[in-house]
Amino acid sequence: MAYSEKVIDHYQNPKNVGTLDKSSKEVGTGLVGAPECGDVMRLQIQVDSSTGMITDAKFKTFGCGSAIASSSLATEWLKGKSVDEALKIDNMTIVEELNLPPVKIHCSVLAEDAIKAAINDYREKNGMEKIKFEESVIH
Amino acid sequence: MLKLPIYLDNNATTPMDPRVFEAMSPYFLQHFGNSASRNHPFGWEAEEAVDYAREQVAKLIGADPKEIIFTSGATEADNLGIKGVFEMYASKGNHIITATTEHKAVLDTCKHIEKQGGEVTYLTVKPDGLIDLAELEAAIKPTTILISIMYANNEIGTVMPIKEISAIARKHGVLVFTDGTQAVGKIPVDVNKDGIDLMAFTAHKMYGPKGVGALYVRRKNPRVKVTAQMDGGGHERGMRSGTLNVPGIVGFGKACEICMLDMEADNKRIIKLRDKLETELLKVEEAYVNGSREHRLPHVANISFKHVEGEGLLMGFNKNIALSSGSACTSASLEPSYVLKALGLGDDLAHSSLRFGLSRFTTEEEIDYTIKAITDTVLKLREMSPLWEMYKEGIDLDTIEWSAH
Repeated sequence: MAYSEKVIDHYQNPKNVGTLDKSSKEVGTGLVGAPECGDVMRLQIQVDSSTGMITDAKFKTFGCGSAIASSSLATEWLKGKSVDEALKIDNMTIVEELNLPPVKIHCSVLAEDAIKAAINDYREKNGMEKIKFEESVIH
Repeated sequence: MLKLPIYLDNNATTPMDPRVFEAMSPYFLQHFGNSASRNHPFGWEAEEAVDYAREQVAKLIGADPKEIIFTSGATEADNLGIKGVFEMYASKGNHIITATTEHKAVLDTCKHIEKQGGEVTYLTVKPDGLIDLAELEAAIKPTTILISIMYANNEIGTVMPIKEISAIARKHGVLVFTDGTQAVGKIPVDVNKDGIDLMAFTAHKMYGPKGVGALYVRRKNPRVKVTAQMDGGGHERGMRSGTLNVPGIVGFGKACEICMLDMEADNKRIIKLRDKLETELLKVEEAYVNGSREHRLPHVANISFKHVEGEGLLMGFNKNIALSSGSACTSASLEPSYVLKALGLGDDLAHSSLRFGLSRFTTEEEIDYTIKAITDTVLKLREMSPLWEMYKEGIDLDTIEWSAH
């Protein structure tokens, strides 16, 4: 199976690899996937609490090239968005942007889940109620 | 000069030896006859070529030429051997013993047999990939007709104790079938010394062409018979009908002859290269060899690099190095290799494995390039791996409640 150029580019030059201080109140951390499934994504957002804007995003991913590319792309999209806008990121837009084949759609689902988990972690830390999401169908 | 890409997936298939190709080439355009045509020179030429190849193939495994049944490959030979015995010996019993690390061509054939009313015992393997002989013997019942254990494993290269297995089988009057696909041509295999009754093997794993293989069927002590799975013109003594693939068979014969002559010298060189590759890659932190290192094919190494995912790892160099991984991120099930899991490997290690298969054409330059490319990619991906970060922080990954997929 050949990867799309965009996947290869993200894999070779991943954007925003790193770690934010997870104890900070302004940082939301989402850790999704499981080692036994061959994918684990950790996605972090730094939120300016006065504006509700995401000022920074970082990821680390254990997984195939598509999983790495999906999370790298997600961090790029998150930066500069408000938390509410970030909630609207849909896995299918990731699929389209990266030209993921059907067998790799779960990578994009994982990235969407990671975003939601990071936002909920941020909300919880700041005394807001967690948002209940529908179960992803692919999992 | 180093030529890219480098091919290190020789357990999947080997490149054809030019000497084999040369032997085959007249049998496409010039000597195109059907070896079953008994009444003209075209047929005689073809028959003579097949007879000669049959001798070359038989010689490599210490068999009589009459004991070689040509097939389309090892999968067909596995099917014919196992189903053929199951049907032929139905009056004696219906029980077959095999192992969980067998190739799918054996496992799925056994599944088929279970649907036909057969009973199959699947032996588990020890962490080194070998079966427990006491367990094997204990599994034998009065209804057992066949033990089917592969000679060497395709993923980890582990070589099974076939001699000991056949001694146990003999004692209980049970036939021994072995899938010799990865072993024949690579290490000495002798059907008499090893006590093998039936064996499947194929040309394209030993520098021969694809689309041709053989089933060895013992004719003496005991005389073994299989029920044909392909009906038709009664070729191959009625056990496998179908016009013979003459050029393929000629190539198979030549490949066997070369393996026999070159095996010792080839292996000396290949072992040195494999050991260099392995020693250097094991210098990477948290790298492990899968399967027995002692009972192993000379050209195989299966290594896991903890906390990086195999397919992601391959992507770092697969334009330049052809390898395969035990991870199966592309398959719908996302299940890692069942062979590695059968060794008792955790999913993390099973997902992190690379399989190296060297060949007689592998050079030291290629190995040096591979060592560097893989080491660099592992280090780069670990920088990106949340699991590696947690491991380095001393977090026990087993204590984390992962969101189940």
